Amino acid sequence: MAVASLATEKSLDMAAVIKESAIAAAVAFALAIFMVGLETVPGGNGLTIVTRFGAVGFTVALVFVGRMGFALLRLGHPWPVLVGAGAVMGLLIALLLTDNTALLPFPSKTVNWMVVLFAAVIFIRAIWMVGRGGAVAEVDSDSVMDRIGASVQRSARWIAPFAIAFALLIPFMPFADRRFLDLAILVMTYVMLGWGLNIVVGLAGLLDLGYVAFYAVGAYSYALLALNFDFSFWLSLPLAGLLAATAGVTLGFPVLRLRGDYLAIVTLGFGEMVRIILINWYDFTGGPDGLSSVPRPTFFGFPFTRHPGEGVVSFNQLFDIPYSSLHRIIFLYYLILVLALITNAFTLRIRKLPLGRAWEALREDEIACRSLGINPTNTKLTAFGIGAMFAGFAGSFFATRQGFISPESFTFIESAIILSIVVLGGMGSQIGVVVAAILLIGTPEWFRDLAQFRMLAFGAGMVLIMIWRPRGLLAHREPTIRLKAAAVSKESEP
Amino acid sequence: MTALADVAGDEAGGDSPPLLSVEHLTMRFGGLVAIDDLSFTAREREITAIIGPNGAGKTTVFNCLTGFYQPTAGRLTLHTASGPRYLERMEGFRIAQAGVARTFQNIRLFSGMSVLENLIAAQHNKLMRASVFSLAGLFNLGRYRRAEHEAMELARYWLDKVELLELADENAGNLPYGAQRRLEIARAMCIAPVQLCLDEPAAGLNPHESAELNELLMVIREQHNIGILLIEHDMSVVMGISDHIVVLDYGSKISDGTPEEVRNDPAVIRAYLGEDDDDDGLAAGGERQ
Repeated sequence: MAVASLATEKSLDMAAVIKESAIAAAVAFALAIFMVGLETVPGGNGLTIVTRFGAVGFTVALVFVGRMGFALLRLGHPWPVLVGAGAVMGLLIALLLTDNTALLPFPSKTVNWMVVLFAAVIFIRAIWMVGRGGAVAEVDSDSVMDRIGASVQRSARWIAPFAIAFALLIPFMPFADRRFLDLAILVMTYVMLGWGLNIVVGLAGLLDLGYVAFYAVGAYSYALLALNFDFSFWLSLPLAGLLAATAGVTLGFPVLRLRGDYLAIVTLGFGEMVRIILINWYDFTGGPDGLSSVPRPTFFGFPFTRHPGEGVVSFNQLFDIPYSSLHRIIFLYYLILVLALITNAFTLRIRKLPLGRAWEALREDEIACRSLGINPTNTKLTAFGIGAMFAGFAGSFFATRQGFISPESFTFIESAIILSIVVLGGMGSQIGVVVAAILLIGTPEWFRDLAQFRMLAFGAGMVLIMIWRPRGLLAHREPTIRLKAAAVSKESEP
Repeated sequence: MTALADVAGDEAGGDSPPLLSVEHLTMRFGGLVAIDDLSFTAREREITAIIGPNGAGKTTVFNCLTGFYQPTAGRLTLHTASGPRYLERMEGFRIAQAGVARTFQNIRLFSGMSVLENLIAAQHNKLMRASVFSLAGLFNLGRYRRAEHEAMELARYWLDKVELLELADENAGNLPYGAQRRLEIARAMCIAPVQLCLDEPAAGLNPHESAELNELLMVIREQHNIGILLIEHDMSVVMGISDHIVVLDYGSKISDGTPEEVRNDPAVIRAYLGEDDDDDGLAAGGERQ
């Protein structure tokens, strides 16, 4: 009762709420008038400008109403918000499901669904508040997600087998067409790169903005070894990892004394150096033309071709099944899945070993490490080297999948995406990397019909996640060793 | 040379062999002389305290001893069972490997890791050797499991000593202040040092906690046969447990002896309480430079 009466007192200040909402709407108007309101369309005589002031109006109105909803929630007034958000949500869903495009505020369906999503978020918060009798729930949202993060980490033991089983069965799912599998391979590649970078950034705490350089070294290693010396994929794979690890250690030496921002800038420079060397060393790397006809993967020597050459047995002949172009895709999918799982298993194990603990200790406090006799040089170099090795493996997979590589594929934006996956997922969290990779690589595909606004939506999503979860989606660290658990297992062992 | 003679004179009174000798240690930062020709000896199974007013150069002595600074001049010798080790040109982590452990004035724990992990991480070198640089550990060979079990037992022993056994699986950063201080000492002891250097271990502790700290340090000295070097402002700790006190002022040693001797030394009283002839002390310091 006390809460309710308090809320009524607060409700008197309607003018402030309207003012706040009007300011938000004005900001939205300033942003939308050019970005949404004007569109250049190629016409008969060059570009012509098409105006879409209706969409601008809807945007401003939605921002006004949404902001008002948030303000009312903050002041402990869930009921009008509940009704309003529910009405907007219901109306839009009804229009979307009946395909009534004429009445929808925005031409793109995806944008309309995003409006529904935002309305749903406000609606759920209003319900939450009604459930708590008007108490303000904002403070708790972080700890709620922390608890979710903790329980996800703890239940990883049970989730992981299901997730792996699901990943194994994906190629046999009814929805797994060529496009879906290609996307799955792409996501898996980024999961593996994210897990690799997690060793450097998440465990050892060394901010690396040039991780794509090692990916490039791996890709070019395989392509050059295969093209010049006819090395098979399985022979090149460890060599590519080794060469990438060497590159990692080479980068590690000059940056040993650097930390934080300075380290980030030098690694950024290293990434660019590798790309520029690849462009300019024409005789060796093919320069901007790249390397084409990189050998396609074979099933341990049996190629995936419809018409194998004389004396060569193809994959479908080996198993006596009809030829399908999907076989190669499915094989590639399993290949990257196995490589990624090896990366994951390695990281999970190394965390419980002295080397992994030294990495984490180094992340926490380098000076304390030195005072305990931990050699910071070796510890950093192994982190750089091992992180780079996994990027090298992923790089040679990339080369064999694409069949064509060029410096274009290894630009800074790739490093930024991989780093975003690690940071968004929650530094050091293995499951977080998977979730973030699906979100970051999968959703831009989903936003395809937003055309040029795809990356804008991507950026907005990232900003939202960082506001909501500044330490990453699933940032929760479980100790690698427990006194209690150890005592229990000791009793049960002998 | 007079400083050396002083040291020799003091040594005649000691009964246990020297563990750490500091000879003519000088540290300059540009024109500033932080430590000026300092010589003293810390002995096995003795608690040696370094005291002095703020800015006297106490922490600088520690930073030179543990390799965070390279001294401008002087010799730092650690007398180990396998012969003397000269610390003045060794890297910090090698000094720790040689057996000099330290704690920090502003606590430096691995605060994102659990209490137990802090103690296990301190046994890094031992575990690295046992796990053949983590290779044996990757495949979980028995050799590594045994080493980890031993590391765990050592950690448990020290957790018990510093009364943190119940909090072993907590995040180190979440511990109360006094517990963090005790954990840092336990972590330093986990590298099995011969010389433990504590930088103001009683800072911020209440009188009850200080008394507990005294007991802990006595136990460490009695049961583990190591030397303890202590920087401390809390006189109840210094006078209560020290066997030997070195007093610094403006980077120079002004007194050296047992607590009783130091307490009655006019130079010490002058430095701490500042009598009329305070200016003379400053002038003398200036002349020495």
